[in-house]
Amino acid sequence: MLQRIWKAHNLMDLACKDLPCSLNIMEVCGTHTVSIFRNGIRPTLPANLRLLSGPGCPVCVTDQGYIENVLTLAGRDDIIIATYGDMIRVPSKNGSLEKRADNQNVKIVLSSMEALDIAKQNPSKTVVFVAVGFETTTPATAIAVRYAAAENIKNFCILSAHKTVVPAMEALLSSEKAKIDAFICPGHVSVIIGSDAYNPIVTKYKKPCVVAGFEPMQIIEGIAQICSQVAAHAPKVESMYHAVVTPQGNVKAKAIIDEMFEPADGVWRGIGVIKNSALVLRDKFSEFDAAKRFGLSDGHPEDMPGCHCGEVLCGLIDPPQCKLFATTCNPDNPIGPCMVSSEGACSAWFKYGRRKKRENKQ
Amino acid sequence: MCLAVPARIVQLEGDSAVVDAMGNRWNIRTTLVPEARIGDLVLIHAGFAISTIDEEEAKKTWQLIAELDEFQDEQKKHC
Ligand code: SF4
Repeated sequence: MLQRIWKAHNLMDLACKDLPCSLNIMEVCGTHTVSIFRNGIRPTLPANLRLLSGPGCPVCVTDQGYIENVLTLAGRDDIIIATYGDMIRVPSKNGSLEKRADNQNVKIVLSSMEALDIAKQNPSKTVVFVAVGFETTTPATAIAVRYAAAENIKNFCILSAHKTVVPAMEALLSSEKAKIDAFICPGHVSVIIGSDAYNPIVTKYKKPCVVAGFEPMQIIEGIAQICSQVAAHAPKVESMYHAVVTPQGNVKAKAIIDEMFEPADGVWRGIGVIKNSALVLRDKFSEFDAAKRFGLSDGHPEDMPGCHCGEVLCGLIDPPQCKLFATTCNPDNPIGPCMVSSEGACSAWFKYGRRKKRENKQ
Repeated sequence: MCLAVPARIVQLEGDSAVVDAMGNRWNIRTTLVPEARIGDLVLIHAGFAISTIDEEEAKKTWQLIAELDEFQDEQKKHC
């Protein structure tokens, strides 16, 4: 193990030694961000290698307009909101779902199929499933809607905030707001989409894309792999996560997504509208689309005042550069979603900062 | 929320399965991994198996998840 760590660090040092400026690597996925902090990887990297946290936490990138729509629906007596637990604490100017949890009409579920069961058990109410997530999560929603259609369960619908990862990576590169030299690509999203999905990024933008799992050694070796690609001026797609990621991904899951959903322009917190980055139900299934059923519009309400989640998600600033970080905003009293979600960059930095202080005191 | 958890299939009927991870059992569907059989280890996300996984990789992921839980508990303590 030690030998592998040495080897990885040598590759990093070699690649960074002669660089005129810093090498910025974005870890797209929130679970990577947490693992990087949890395992103390950052301080061991060469000084001119920077890790940027990207837009890979689905809760964090969901725009405020969507949150407001969910809260509006939660206020109706004839609706039950079924949501993954991660969304429950996301604040808005009108409170959060958590504050309404005692209303009995907000239910936390672990699966879209549970939401469907709630609909079957409550025929007098309409169950709206808060469908957030990237490609890892979308197949579950697709299957629930397919069951609802097959079993003619009319009191079930979904409010889709499903998003696709690659268009967001492309949007960050083409906006040129943040300098991104390479990506550590998400592990479990790649189980579905396959590592070949990142080929366009290498072809169009000449940026290395390395898929890694979540254990520290894979992340370190993934970073080292990026470094050797940079040093050799040979960007390509590589996977360190052969155990579960194949080049083509889970073909069945991709087919089910495609059967039920079609791409649409999507609003991302901090990034704005990205072409073809959202998934909405195909017309054939529009009766299960809560946005259509309840006539909801996208809207672009402002983010929470003073919150810089948008810049954090684009890799433009690190969380401590937000004035609210660890002052008014903390995991107990989160102002923005990046502090709410355990995978959010602000939440990971909060823990890291406090640990550092403790180490300094010793 | 894109983290998937490894678990072993202990019951299977059609695409409805019961899985076990470190003594916790719950219901999932194998719709997306139709080749999965009783005794197989699968990665589970949002109530669905999304891929098969081998023993060694499953162990590493369990360890990681235990550490992340610990991370979150620790985080709560320090708030
Ligand atoms: S520290 Fe809080 S307020 Fe600042 S960007 Fe992060 S979540 Fe938003």
